[in-house]
Amino acid sequence: MNPVNYLYLAALLFTIGATGVLIRRNAIVVFMCVELMLNACNLAFVTFSRLHGNLDGQIIAFFTMVVAAAEVVIGLAIIVTIFRSRHSASVDDANLLKL
Amino acid sequence: MENLIGLLVAAPLLGAAVLLCGGRRLDRSGPWVGTLLAAVSFGLGVVLFADMLGRSGEDRTLTTTVFSWVPVGGFRADVGFQLDQLSMTFVLLITGVGTLIHLYSVGYMEHDERRRRFFGYLNLFLAAMLLLVVADNYLLLYVGWEGVGLASYLLIGFWQHKPSAATAAKKAFLVNRVGDMGLSVAIMLMFTTFGTFAFGPVLDGAEAAGEGKLTAIGLMLLLAACGKSAQVPLQSWLGDAMEGPTPVSALIHAATMVTAGVYLITRSGAVFDAAPTAQAAVVTVGAVTLLFGAIVGCAKDDIKKALAGSTMSQIGYMILAAGLGPVGYVFAIMHLVTHGFFKAGLFLGAGSVMHGMNDEVDMRRYGGLRKYMPVTFVTFGLGYLAIIGFPGLSGFFSKDKIIEAAFAKGGTEGWILGGAALLGAGITAFYMTRVMIMTFFGEPRWQPTASDSGSAAGSGAPHPHESPKTMTVPMVILAFGSVFAGGLFSINDTFLKWLEPVTGHAHGNPPVSALTVTAATMVVLVLGVALAWARYGRRPVPVTAPRGSGLTRAARRDLFQDDFNHVVLVRGGEHLTRSLVYVDHTLVDGVVNGTAASVGGLSGRMRRLQNGYARSYAVSMFGGAALLIAATLLMRAV
Repeated sequence: MNPVNYLYLAALLFTIGATGVLIRRNAIVVFMCVELMLNACNLAFVTFSRLHGNLDGQIIAFFTMVVAAAEVVIGLAIIVTIFRSRHSASVDDANLLKL
Repeated sequence: MENLIGLLVAAPLLGAAVLLCGGRRLDRSGPWVGTLLAAVSFGLGVVLFADMLGRSGEDRTLTTTVFSWVPVGGFRADVGFQLDQLSMTFVLLITGVGTLIHLYSVGYMEHDERRRRFFGYLNLFLAAMLLLVVADNYLLLYVGWEGVGLASYLLIGFWQHKPSAATAAKKAFLVNRVGDMGLSVAIMLMFTTFGTFAFGPVLDGAEAAGEGKLTAIGLMLLLAACGKSAQVPLQSWLGDAMEGPTPVSALIHAATMVTAGVYLITRSGAVFDAAPTAQAAVVTVGAVTLLFGAIVGCAKDDIKKALAGSTMSQIGYMILAAGLGPVGYVFAIMHLVTHGFFKAGLFLGAGSVMHGMNDEVDMRRYGGLRKYMPVTFVTFGLGYLAIIGFPGLSGFFSKDKIIEAAFAKGGTEGWILGGAALLGAGITAFYMTRVMIMTFFGEPRWQPTASDSGSAAGSGAPHPHESPKTMTVPMVILAFGSVFAGGLFSINDTFLKWLEPVTGHAHGNPPVSALTVTAATMVVLVLGVALAWARYGRRPVPVTAPRGSGLTRAARRDLFQDDFNHVVLVRGGEHLTRSLVYVDHTLVDGVVNGTAASVGGLSGRMRRLQNGYARSYAVSMFGGAALLIAATLLMRAV
């Protein structure tokens, strides 16, 4: 199969993730969309690795996974804390950080 | 011998330090300590003089470097002394007359509570002036120059409880400051031109430097001399300086302070010789001042102010002579020395009269004092004869030479300068005769003095009496000087031969014979005396001043010098500062405030972007990223 198709898929996934981040209010969903974007990137990295015939992209993909795992831990902790204090998981309700 | 030069300056400086720091326990002995140290300085001067006479003309100059003052890279300023014939003349005049004035002050200031301080200031004055004349470079001279300014400020304002004295002191200081600016600029110019301040290299190298630079230096030096020597246009402080105690006036007018300008110009002769424009400015200033001072002196009823006008005029003669170049330097200094004698004598005489008259200074309330103050009368009279140039007395020899030298300038210029000098001699005779007649002759016109005179005996009419010995002895000695100094200097041209190695000398050729000039001087002299006698001797002098002619009234107001200064400088300065403040408020503040306001307004708009919604931040992030990618792709495509 033509590897470029994987790139199209990665782009599609990334767009879905980005759209979700922009339009959804629920913090959990936004969070999952961020994950989707990260994974779309991973897919693109791996595809390029395959296309160019070296391993750089695959190594980067591992790094991304590690960072994503760390991000999940901290992000979920924050979301849970916000939910406890504000009784809401909406990102629009957490709008105090402004001038 | 060289080491003595430092001691010469150090003795009065030590006196000043001891008297000013010594505290009240020196109150009794203070005056004598001050006088003694001044006398020590004079003694050292005499020793150095005797030593100098022992050597021949060319190698009479003593130089010594005491220490290196500011050695920084190529910049060298040393504290060094140079004692040549010119400095020696000044040293003897300053310490000699200064010591006599100290002695006189012992009597004059007897009842003043702060006399210890007074003598400290007097010593400081002497020390500063001595430093000025023995310095071997312009920077050290400047130190002495400023010291003189400081001491004069302290002494003029000595009776600081009188607002007029405090104001006069400030005025003297400020006007002098203008002149000092000139000197400092001149010194800086010298440094950029010659790379040094020392007299030797500057004066020897003057010929080689460009005329433009020398003219600038010369004019700045002239400005400095105008300030210190009270020459037009910086003359206005001298009359007000009479607020100080009379010995101070004597010191300022005879030995220290006003002579500094003449010294500066004579010392810098080489600069002026090579800069004709500056020299022309010097003679102009001298000629104008000599008439200005004389006219002012004619109208003043205050005996000290009349004498102050006369000083201005006599210093004008000296500046005029100094501006004539090698023809006149020697005569400028000779007149300075003889003037030192008779002007000190006249001021001390005036002080003696005031001492006996409850500090009254208005000559219209004097009259007939010759019977009551015989010693003062005789010594003042001899000083009077000397200053008007009575044949055989000091002033005759020195002033006559200056008038001759002025005529010898040649051409129309020579006639104008000579004419001015001759006219000045006539006016001098007039105003001095007026002072003499109003004070010592005629009917007594004494009146109870005004209660604000501060004297305990201020109530009743004064009881004129002769002053104590400490006051009369200096007057007598000065009277001897007034009578004989000029003659001694002129026999065999002694003074000329003495100073010639330093200042150089050229014989001038007046268009008319010297005898004619002398005869003309005698004629104007007699005319002046006769006119004064006709106006003040034959008729009784009114106690209150009559309105007088326009010229008299103008002269009473010092020919509107203060009004001029007020309108042009004070008002002008006010307008200048006001407009500067306006510019500051509108333009400078406007720019600063405008910048601040626009930044504030802009940031007020910008902060709307910070709305706290995480999703809108995400939008801008995505938008930005999209823009970047688009731009990158676009650039690639191109």
